[in-house]
Amino acid sequence: MGDRGTGRRGYFGSFGGQFVPETLMGPLEELERAFDRYGNDGDFRRDLGDLLRDFSGRPTPIYEAHRLSAQRGVRVFLKREDLNHTGAHKINNALGQVLLASRMGKRRIVAETGAGQHGVAVATAAARFGIACTVYMGEEDVRRQAPNVERMALLGAEVVPVRAGSRTLKDAVNEAMRDWVANVETSFFALGSVTGPHPYPTMVRDFQRVIGDEARAQILDHLGRLPDAVVACVGGGSNALGIFSAFVADEGVRLVGVEAAGEGLGTGRHAATLTRGKPGYLHGAFSYVLQDDDGQILEAHSLSAGLDYPGVGPEHSFFRDSGRVTYATVDDDEAVAAFHELSRLEGIIPALESAHAVAFVRRLAPELAPGSVVLVNLSGRGDKDMYSVAAFRGGPGLRRGADLS
Amino acid sequence: MAFTQAFQNKALLTYICAGDPDLGATADVLCALDDAGADVLEVGVPFSDPVADGPVIQEASTRALARKTSLGGVLEMLHSVKGALRAPRVIMSYVNPLAAYGFDRFARDAREGGVSGVLVPDLPRGEGAPLERALSEKGIILVRMVSPNSSDRRLAAVGEGAEGFIYCVSLLGVTGEGARIRDTVPTYLGRVRRHTRVPLALGFGIDGPERARALAPHADGLVVGSALVSRIHDHRGNRGAMLREVKTFAASMKEVLR
Repeated sequence: MGDRGTGRRGYFGSFGGQFVPETLMGPLEELERAFDRYGNDGDFRRDLGDLLRDFSGRPTPIYEAHRLSAQRGVRVFLKREDLNHTGAHKINNALGQVLLASRMGKRRIVAETGAGQHGVAVATAAARFGIACTVYMGEEDVRRQAPNVERMALLGAEVVPVRAGSRTLKDAVNEAMRDWVANVETSFFALGSVTGPHPYPTMVRDFQRVIGDEARAQILDHLGRLPDAVVACVGGGSNALGIFSAFVADEGVRLVGVEAAGEGLGTGRHAATLTRGKPGYLHGAFSYVLQDDDGQILEAHSLSAGLDYPGVGPEHSFFRDSGRVTYATVDDDEAVAAFHELSRLEGIIPALESAHAVAFVRRLAPELAPGSVVLVNLSGRGDKDMYSVAAFRGGPGLRRGADLS
Repeated sequence: MAFTQAFQNKALLTYICAGDPDLGATADVLCALDDAGADVLEVGVPFSDPVADGPVIQEASTRALARKTSLGGVLEMLHSVKGALRAPRVIMSYVNPLAAYGFDRFARDAREGGVSGVLVPDLPRGEGAPLERALSEKGIILVRMVSPNSSDRRLAAVGEGAEGFIYCVSLLGVTGEGARIRDTVPTYLGRVRRHTRVPLALGFGIDGPERARALAPHADGLVVGSALVSRIHDHRGNRGAMLREVKTFAASMKEVLR
């Protein structure tokens, strides 16, 4: 597993690896052994399947967005990950990792979170299993995602604001890794994306692959054919790999990852790691990274806290260079417009992250034949983003829908 | 070999963060440490995301980066004090600044700057081959690291062909957390010794003579870092006082090791 191209374990071509302090090498080996043992174990898979069905509400449907489709001239299907328990795809991975942690006998979960969706999902799973949970969250994110902080507290998790660096997801990952280093004997680090050292990129993809496996079967069942394109937003890249993985072997299916252009690629205030970054080392993996000429990691910028990350999963870097997935960007304005548009046209308020994928359909549609089928991963719901959108460009952003055609 | 000399007796290794408060001060502090009898001078390259470091070194890195300290600048500074220093110098850097500079170019400029060893906390055994090759072509050692939870299999891999010395992390945690050092250190260092003949330096959390006295019998050298970085920061406004404090502190550590 996890070895595309070179056959080196934990590598995707030249990307991936385990660039961590020696203290973490033992725990990573222990995690890899546990994942190898339980990942394909019948009991584990059955327990996880039961949790996904009965606790999270899977399978999530695909839904044809008729009014949006009429506007775009292509058939747009939404994979409704927003209908999961806790409101986003993050629960798929959280349940997988916390179940694994409980099998490994770990008594404490450490996690990082950006938008708070992963933190809420882990806090939820930890509550379900009666395991203690500490979530590190950048102080800036604590401010702009206050409702999720309240949810985590309600679920019994300890939320630790991180004041170092840019006070966002990058710094929360650093602090969670430091906590793990200090408490490796008792704690399990539940990383939220397909980033970090091996085996995380492979393990998280594996737990998220349920999105693509379901969606592929659903669209075949519904239409008797595969989609022409699959579109997903990319921050660290877990929802995108979750849905892409099932379609990678289908050569006729175009796969598009959408990064956040923030205030615009030209302003330098963006989170377009694959589009504007260079290969480098961050949080344990060799992958594309937003960095300066001295190799210092740059702060990412996006209105969407979940995409506001200067790194990206190593398998995305591999897909970028191999060309199997193309990566595009959508800026804050376009994402906010799509946030309004999907709310008004379909009665679905998307997460700002997912709104980036929705927004890209506007640019993709003219390149496709009329009636083409586009599958968009609607990775989460947007209730958490009401305040961000309301305050966007000084507000009152929530009533900006009128100019959306 | 530079390190054979350094570890003839129990060695004092000192870590400072280059560029905090500025590179001129770093050069002066290196000379003061050398005068005070430090046996190996570790020079930290500041990084934006130092995951192995506690708050003291994180904050020093942030200050150094705010002053635009770069790897290139650190190497130039080392070149300028090359003739004035006796103790071998070790660059401590996370891997990304080295990669951005270019491993080959770094190896060349490090040799020009009089550097004998390089220590990379996020480059464990198994991932270090390209940098190790570039460095060894220039006669520079990539210092290997172990930790209390390294398996015997990993200790064997680290010990095999190790040169210079091995950096033994004293605790499970980040730099500057002395309270986490456990009384199993002798057993741990004994395990490491079974896999190597090179000297063992123990670092992380060794904050002063008292802790040094307890640990010195078990290691071939002790590293002091955060405690020194704090003292430099406390005296940032007065260069003379800073250098006196650094010398006094290093001498007190050295005394324990005699």
